[in-house]
Amino acid sequence: MSEFEQMYREVILDHYKMPRNHGILDPNDAVAEGQNPLCGDEVTVSVRFGEGDIIESVGFEGRGCAISQAATSMLTDLVKGRSAQEIAVMRKEELLDEIGIPLSPVRLKCALLGMGVLKVALHRSRGTPLPEEWGTSSGEISVN
Amino acid sequence: MNTASPLDSAVLRADFPYLEELAGGRPLAYLDSASSTQKPRQVLDRMRAFYEHEYANVHRGVYRLAERATEGYESARHTVATFVNAPSEREVIFTRSTTEAINLVAYAWGLQHLGPGDTVLITELEHHANFVPWQFIASRTGAAFRHIPIDDAGELQLDALDGLARDNSIKVVGVGLVSNSLGTINPVEQIAAWAHEQGAIIVVDAAQAAPHRSIDVQALGCDFLALSSHKLCGPTGIGALWGRRELLEEMAPFNLGGEMIRSVGLDKTTFNELPYKFEAGTPAIAEAVGFGAAIDYITGIGLSAIEEHEHELTRYAMARLDELDWVRVFGPPLERRAGIVSFEVAGVHPHDVAQILDWEGVAVRAGHHCTQPLMTRLGVAATTRASFYVYSIAEEVDRLVAGLHKVKESLG
Repeated sequence: MSEFEQMYREVILDHYKMPRNHGILDPNDAVAEGQNPLCGDEVTVSVRFGEGDIIESVGFEGRGCAISQAATSMLTDLVKGRSAQEIAVMRKEELLDEIGIPLSPVRLKCALLGMGVLKVALHRSRGTPLPEEWGTSSGEISVN
Repeated sequence: MNTASPLDSAVLRADFPYLEELAGGRPLAYLDSASSTQKPRQVLDRMRAFYEHEYANVHRGVYRLAERATEGYESARHTVATFVNAPSEREVIFTRSTTEAINLVAYAWGLQHLGPGDTVLITELEHHANFVPWQFIASRTGAAFRHIPIDDAGELQLDALDGLARDNSIKVVGVGLVSNSLGTINPVEQIAAWAHEQGAIIVVDAAQAAPHRSIDVQALGCDFLALSSHKLCGPTGIGALWGRRELLEEMAPFNLGGEMIRSVGLDKTTFNELPYKFEAGTPAIAEAVGFGAAIDYITGIGLSAIEEHEHELTRYAMARLDELDWVRVFGPPLERRAGIVSFEVAGVHPHDVAQILDWEGVAVRAGHHCTQPLMTRLGVAATTRASFYVYSIAEEVDRLVAGLHKVKESLG
């Protein structure tokens, strides 16, 4: 198998070209957006809850590399029907196993962007814990 | 002190190419390590190998060479974090130097938290690096700027602390772990506990301590700690700041630009996560790798062995200088002193002392050592300073003493 085939597995290309759960839910119970500053990937994730904070539906939009968009698409399939609390502490390995390709530290950030953004959305709406790298109130500057 | 394997300077000296430069048939007696240390082959080789085989810009590149460069840079961060026993690598920020690290805190924390009615407290023997930034930020913000006084032996007068705290206004305390001028080992743990009782933070300048003794930010109980690579066998141009995460997170950035952002728009910019929020621009990548290699080198020797070696040399130097009734040594007793001996030769200016010693192949520092308030307190314009490191040997102390006799003969 070539290096290309190892990374851009058929399933990755499939999710990239035909993302599942695409589009922002309207109305929604939770939404967040995030960027990967390293390569400029962007993802927005929205969630609607059913009873007991169960994630009933989830929708995302984004712009970025195949890995970031495919990983977020795969993530949305993984989290449906599970509770906000469960997903807030979902281990990154669960998603990485699903993605199933070797990832360098830089590409790992692409792959985990959607998961981080989803956890931010859950945090905002349900007060669940944030992943470490998203827990920072790193701040911003705004101008008029 | 437990020294399982004592340091063997004779063996270590083979690591240092500077000793191959002979003057008058002898290697230089380099007694200015407190200013900057010489570099071992292990550090130089590591940096060369990095440039030759692993170099690219860090963090952005997708290609494998960039991954290796990033790995080298981040593994140096891990090494620094372990070296100071930081709870998290995210709390370790690479800076240009100790000076830049302290400026980062003074600007990013100080401008945000200080104002009229607040007090900045530093020490009378502080290096200018942990003095002038605070004096400047105090003047910018309207905060008061006060100092912990020292006694005649150059030790902090801790009984003055409660008087200084009377008006309950102290917000930040700046203190060096080891005085670069006198070698005084300051009781930082005690001062940190006291500072926290005042509701103040404590900023520790460890530039002169980190090369010579184990640093544990958690045991010290400090809030920020700064160190430099070049004083511990590493390259210049790289240092580190450790800071408590809660403080770093609420602080505004110091330098702004690339790398420290999460997203940038025409109307709004969001900052990156720690530690990158404080690392704008392309960092000193190979220097960071060299910094890590230097830490590996000195921890391989063992910090307690280094401390013991310097202690013995200092004991020897103080005893030899004590024989000369025309030489006056400044500073605390041996037990509370790192490997630094500052002195004056009666009637001879330190610059003349250093000049004559240089002709004898002995390199010492003459001047105020970036501690002018301390010099004022000691009542001198400058001192001559001899300082030691892993490659220093007793024979070099003998050469210093022989040189001082020449100084006495010619100018004393």
